[in-house]
Amino acid sequence: MRSAHRPDYGALMSEPLLQAVNLQCERDKRILFRELSFSILPGTVTRVEGPNGSGKTTLLRMLAGLNDAWTGELNWCGSPIANQREVFLRNMLYLGHRPGIKPLLTPMENLRALMAGRRPVSDAVLSQALQGTGLAGFEGVPCRNLSAGQQRRVALARLLIADEPLWLLDEVFTAIDADGVVALETLLQQRAAEGGAVLVTTHHDLALPGMQRLTLGAGGVTDER
Amino acid sequence: MNAEVRPIVPLASSSVGALAAMKGVFSRDMKVAFRQRQDLLNPLLFFIMVVTLFPLGVSPEASFLREAGAGILWVAALLSVLLSLDHLFRHDFDDGTLEQLVLQPQPLFLLILAKTMAHWMLTGLPLVILTPVLGVMVHLDGNSIAVLCLTLLIGTPVLSLIGAIGAALTLGLRSAGVLLSLLIIPLYIPVLIFGTGTVAAAVEGASVGAYLALMGAFLVLALTLAPFAAAAALRISLSNG
Amino acid sequence: MWQFFHKLGSPKWFFGISTRFMPWLLMSGILLLMAGVVWGLAFAPKDYLQGNSYRIIFIHVPTAFMAQSVYIMMASAALVTLVWRMKLADVFVKAVTPVGLVLTFLALFTGAVWGKPTWGTWWIWDARLTSMLILLFLYGGVIALDRAINDEKSAARAVAVLVLVGVVNIPIIKYSVEWWNTLHQPATFKLTEKPSMPAEMWVPLLLSVLGLYLIFGWLACIRMQTEILSREQRTRWVKEFVMKGKV
Repeated sequence: MRSAHRPDYGALMSEPLLQAVNLQCERDKRILFRELSFSILPGTVTRVEGPNGSGKTTLLRMLAGLNDAWTGELNWCGSPIANQREVFLRNMLYLGHRPGIKPLLTPMENLRALMAGRRPVSDAVLSQALQGTGLAGFEGVPCRNLSAGQQRRVALARLLIADEPLWLLDEVFTAIDADGVVALETLLQQRAAEGGAVLVTTHHDLALPGMQRLTLGAGGVTDER
Repeated sequence: MNAEVRPIVPLASSSVGALAAMKGVFSRDMKVAFRQRQDLLNPLLFFIMVVTLFPLGVSPEASFLREAGAGILWVAALLSVLLSLDHLFRHDFDDGTLEQLVLQPQPLFLLILAKTMAHWMLTGLPLVILTPVLGVMVHLDGNSIAVLCLTLLIGTPVLSLIGAIGAALTLGLRSAGVLLSLLIIPLYIPVLIFGTGTVAAAVEGASVGAYLALMGAFLVLALTLAPFAAAAALRISLSNG
Repeated sequence: MWQFFHKLGSPKWFFGISTRFMPWLLMSGILLLMAGVVWGLAFAPKDYLQGNSYRIIFIHVPTAFMAQSVYIMMASAALVTLVWRMKLADVFVKAVTPVGLVLTFLALFTGAVWGKPTWGTWWIWDARLTSMLILLFLYGGVIALDRAINDEKSAARAVAVLVLVGVVNIPIIKYSVEWWNTLHQPATFKLTEKPSMPAEMWVPLLLSVLGLYLIFGWLACIRMQTEILSREQRTRWVKEFVMKGKV
């Protein structure tokens, strides 16, 4: 088995972080996609595209390990994820439709709780991240008193301090204002330039230079085994 | 949008230990609960009200209450734990924190254990503390009340632990509350039998050490097995969502 | 080994093979059950204490025994579902749960009927009857959970977890109910557990248990076939089966 930890940065750049082979996913007796194979290289932003119901969210949940109604192969750094679940989870950040923010807690408390299972981060870094997403002055306000966009930004603040090489972002542009969108696009691009890998689904018209596309079909294929 | 330098090379292993992560989960649950104190009081009020129904509905005779008291208090405690279980994962499921919990690199069953411990501290423990007052109201003598409190102290964590399995299984379903009760009540029966039986033995003057040890064995069994079952159930429920 | 497992898990293979031996299961089951019940009801000697009313054990004991072993079988299948994700195991659990529920109900009903002449009341909180009642609740819970989850695969796996949790609890429940029973009222009559049952009594009992096992096997097969057809309705082999009437 190859070691997941590779100090050799140059070699890493050419090898896929995440590799999917022949993925097939069935939901409620309907095949969402089949024979889906792709590789995610470090330093790339990939947009998952497709009409409503084509399985974009399901694909991201599958990759994250939340959904397990699929067959095929998923590899992390060359070996199956199933054999190194903990290593994979340590290296992956997933942001879903539901941002993972407790309405009763303040942005600061929320961010602290989310990072508690990840790595130790000082409060100074946390408040810097909140400021970075334009939440300066709101650190102590319970999240239920914030707008939907602001709550979203609390979740996005994690991206500013995340060290995970792989990001899976589901509909992150929802409820974010124009300035926020620009800042987030910049962040994703910068992340790719640093060598991180990002998979993103969005209905927002995202077009970054060098962005890859992963297109899912219309879905609804019936089973004809 | 710059915060600090972050490494991009894949990280070898977890940098937050399981214990620290459990502490994080536990303290967040406690913090959330104390932001909404009314939710903490509700199961307690329910407990008191159910106990009140028995003298009103059956008989206020001291002899009846003395005989049935331990059973009444146990059933009432069981029902109020059951009532509070629906919240165990529901809010976390709705706001997405549950997804993040499952995706933490630490073993899920330990994180669930931490959540269940918080649940017990917020529901089971207050019930135990309230029991002496209600015990006096149903005319139990001092010794019986002490034994009753002890059985509840050992028994309510078992209720929370088994309940976590039911809460995880019914997560996100339409009539989750009723369904949860249907699944869990049969599994609560042994705890109820030994909880009330121990008090009955104490009333008759028998030694209760062996019975308490047996209840302790239930607790150990629930502590070791229930978090695994709840973790498996939680993954299944999330996969469905 | 793996290939065999794979084959065993294939619904189509099961459909073909089960159709072949199902008539035998049914025939031999009916024969054995008839032999056991007729022998038990008409020819076995009278019980010196309970007279003729004890004869209901020739129906009560097989149903009660089956009700419990169906749950154990379900638990084994549930383990297979969770570990190997075998489709056929899901189908088995789903197909036999209602059968188990009905058997448990029959055991309770015959127990109550027996209680009337023996204790003079339809229901008594006897340890065995109470355990059966709790088993009925367990079956009810499994069915309720299965119906509540829309997605077939998730339902199967959630049910598997519940069944396994239940099977761990069954001995604990039995033990605690027996302890509770001695605490409150030592029963003078027990429905079974006769100190020494003559061969004229236990041989027919054994026959009817075996017969019921075989009939259960047949019932499980036919219910599994129905479930398989509905699950696989879009596959080619099911379409062909419907057109031509054979696999």
